[in-house]
Amino acid sequence: MMYQAVDFERPIVEIEKKIEELRIIANGGGMDVDEEIRRLEKKARRLTRDVYLKLSRWQRTLLARHPTRPYMLDYVGLMCEGFIELHGDRAFADDHAMVGGMAWFEGIPVMVIGQQKGRDTKDKVYRNFGMAHPEGYRKALRLMKLAEKYGRPILTLIDTPGAYPGIGAEERGQAEAIARNQFEMATLRVPLIAAIIGEGGSGGALALGVGNRVLMQENAIYSVISPEGCASILWRDTAKAPEAAEAMKITAQDLAELGVVDEIVREPMGGAHRDHKRAASLLRRVIRRHLRELMAMSPEEIVAQRIDKYRQIGVYEEI
Amino acid sequence: MEWFKKIKPKVRVREKKVKMPEGLWVKCDACKEIVYKQELEKNLNVCPKCNFHFRISAWQRIEQLADPGTFVEFDQGVASLDPLGFKDSKRYKDRIKENVEKTGLNEAVICGECQLGGFPIQMCVMEFAFLGGSMASALGEKITRAIERSIERRMPLVIVSISGGARMQEGVLSLMQMAKASAALAKLSEQGLPFISVCTDPTTGGVSASYAMLGDLIFAEPRALIGFAGPRVIEQTILQKLPEGFQRAEFLLEHGMLDKIVDRRDLKHTLVQSLKFFLAEPVEKGA
Ligand SMILES: [Zn+2]
Repeated sequence: MMYQAVDFERPIVEIEKKIEELRIIANGGGMDVDEEIRRLEKKARRLTRDVYLKLSRWQRTLLARHPTRPYMLDYVGLMCEGFIELHGDRAFADDHAMVGGMAWFEGIPVMVIGQQKGRDTKDKVYRNFGMAHPEGYRKALRLMKLAEKYGRPILTLIDTPGAYPGIGAEERGQAEAIARNQFEMATLRVPLIAAIIGEGGSGGALALGVGNRVLMQENAIYSVISPEGCASILWRDTAKAPEAAEAMKITAQDLAELGVVDEIVREPMGGAHRDHKRAASLLRRVIRRHLRELMAMSPEEIVAQRIDKYRQIGVYEEI
Repeated sequence: MEWFKKIKPKVRVREKKVKMPEGLWVKCDACKEIVYKQELEKNLNVCPKCNFHFRISAWQRIEQLADPGTFVEFDQGVASLDPLGFKDSKRYKDRIKENVEKTGLNEAVICGECQLGGFPIQMCVMEFAFLGGSMASALGEKITRAIERSIERRMPLVIVSISGGARMQEGVLSLMQMAKASAALAKLSEQGLPFISVCTDPTTGGVSASYAMLGDLIFAEPRALIGFAGPRVIEQTILQKLPEGFQRAEFLLEHGMLDKIVDRRDLKHTLVQSLKFFLAEPVEKGA
């Protein structure tokens, strides 16, 4: 796959390319370029650290949407065994933007559900850019209820620009589907871990996001409206999206401080897209720890903990 | 009916006269006819010529629905803060202050207890004049407390919604209020206590994608705009013009999303009959 870089990672990618070229030269002609390679590697490391330790909220948004970032099915492949996809909402259609199925996470049978984005143009269209219709949320709910029936934990991997805004979506009750999922998820008697692995786009994300634990990768975003949407409404200019991203505070760090996210999941230096395997292994380790904690709780404790978690969220005063 | 616990009002009753613009005549937005204001008010702010439902304030709604003198407000002191230090062309703090002064409310909803046709209920009525009835922490907190009071006092719940969507100035905290209220409603539902949702023009975004669409019964006023995404966003996404009547109450009814469209002049009666259906002891005729 061609490596696609976003602006601020270009200088690093340039150096990495140069190192690659030097290696090819060295292999071919026995020239001694070791020292030069070492020098460039050091430079690349320093540059990476400089860039990634002080990412703006907008830069993180670009990483969250990075075209080579691992998607839901990549993580399922890297973290789970024996995935069997289950299709359809049993009422209207099978929504390809929403994927769910049975899998084994470190030997534990879990229902894994999430939005799936596409890699190339054809796939993107097939997946509707990760934007589900009501039937997608209803399929997700069907699978969650199935997991509850057999006492299996649920793992949701959230990555969506948002619920699809279209005519059919409204006709079939997008608002109702999203509302219904939150309502039903609140009282599910099995552990539910939600991990935001890319874009947590508003209600479309929350419809999978009512968990006992909400985890968030360090370069993921979670927002009530996209920075572009916010900019077009409040600044009347989508070019102000970087300002909107700053103002709305949409990063994992922000959300942990607001009490919305329980744990920030580290990514490989430079972002999850630079090393899919490592990203998955970091995520797996955090999920495993939370899953163990939750599986030790009774169904009643699971429900009470989840409802209480959301009961506490919000900042207001009483005068 | 030992079903309903009697309670003593803890909070003073707010008797607030609703302010209306000056002048004796009003022009109807829909039919452009000039209507005598007194006649309009007597008709619950529904145009006597074309039945257009004028937007009314939360206090006007409460006056129309609650049995006279029974409404007791709760949680009127729950107010918005500025958790993100948000500023666009204006500071969020200043926007709140302006809206508090403009509406006399601290948040975009009035919550309280009242009787409706003799049934004690919890009632929440949203106020569009306060930041477009947008979803925010204080609003979510007030709705959630009302749901919890319904459970504690074993009373049905009625929420009259009006909302333009999320309050972006509170970021993801605005989003989380949807889950908070929905989770509380799940508990209410387990208790077998009725919840009736009334959607008025407009009910969109986060409010529609949470409690407004979770009623045991969902009613709407005629022509009310109800939906998840705003029409403009949809148009920009699909690059098509939207069909006439799209996302209006009649469209939702046709697509199976509403129980009933209720004319404002029938709303109280319909609510009372619904409560009777759910709660009143059956009386067998001729028994
Ligand atoms: Zn008229």
